[in-house]
Amino acid sequence: MAEPWEDEPEGPVRKFMYVNRRAPYGTIYALESLEVVLIAAAFEQDVTLVFMDDGVFQIKKGQSTEAIGVKNFSPTYRALEGYDVEKLYVERESLESRGLTTDDLVVPVQVLDKDQLAALMEEQEVILSF
Amino acid sequence: MAMLHTINKSPFERRTLDAALRHAVKGSGILLIEDGVYAAFDGTIVADKVKAAMADHEIYVLGPDVSARGMSEEHVISGVKIVDYDGFVDLVTQYDKVQSWL
Amino acid sequence: MKLSILVNEGPYQHQAADTAIQFTKAAVAKGHEIFRVFFYHDGVNNGTRFAVPPQDDRNITAQWTALAEEHNLDLVLCIAAAQRRGILDENEAKRQGKDGNNIAPGFRISGLGQLIEAGIQSERLVIFGD
Repeated sequence: MAEPWEDEPEGPVRKFMYVNRRAPYGTIYALESLEVVLIAAAFEQDVTLVFMDDGVFQIKKGQSTEAIGVKNFSPTYRALEGYDVEKLYVERESLESRGLTTDDLVVPVQVLDKDQLAALMEEQEVILSF
Repeated sequence: MAMLHTINKSPFERRTLDAALRHAVKGSGILLIEDGVYAAFDGTIVADKVKAAMADHEIYVLGPDVSARGMSEEHVISGVKIVDYDGFVDLVTQYDKVQSWL
Repeated sequence: MKLSILVNEGPYQHQAADTAIQFTKAAVAKGHEIFRVFFYHDGVNNGTRFAVPPQDDRNITAQWTALAEEHNLDLVLCIAAAQRRGILDENEAKRQGKDGNNIAPGFRISGLGQLIEAGIQSERLVIFGD
């Protein structure tokens, strides 16, 4: 049920980009950024998620957090599609320099090189980085 | 105008400056604030990188953060523009949008 | 121009809140409209009136409160982030069965939708954090 503070405001659709550059668990930024994306979905804006630098570790497969006593929130990335958040991008250089490929990721993503990503950032109207 | 990138991390400890420069298109602005101002000084191991970036970008540094750290205009790489908080606000309005490389 | 500000770090630990205050002061002095200042992550700790910094140090929360009073600023603490970190207003204290509240004057607690709305309604969003 929608809380009163989650009422959708009147306004135009804007291009929002969420830039994820931090690894999960070491700090709370990844989890709380994901919470913003989930709330934002209700506002029917044009949403793009980018994972770059250590942010690519957020969507690494096989996270098992029981022993550190923290909730594993990586399955939530797979739920984003149900919120109509479908534009997920990963930077090629960030992935490769960390020894990862798209096979290592929990969600399907589009891979962009740094110049394509820079161009995509320039197209945005609001960039949220945490 | 393109976007304004703000960087608040020391380039000697973190790679934030590199991340920003890697994604800054030609014509976008770079503003160094807080510990990010350490990238603005000449004679350091990152000075050449910053000078090279000046071919494609205006580079600004927040003066109050420079003074707070015991540095002054004479240490700042020639061509890097020193702004105060008023100037920071002006840059935010002059460029299309802001990306804070936290 | 209509600006909004996002503060992602608590006071004292990081310069982010100080920079945000100086930026806000300068923006207001130049005649810009501050649509909203939103506090997220540890940034919600800017909004507790229980902090007692030493007398020769600045009081960051008091600076926000003064700015809010002088310029009618909308200072919003994210409810989810605030609950995690023990920042409560009277309503929330009652709702959660807590024996007191600690929100500082000039601040209010609301949902993440307020951040998205700020992104939609403002011409620029400026983020301060670590």
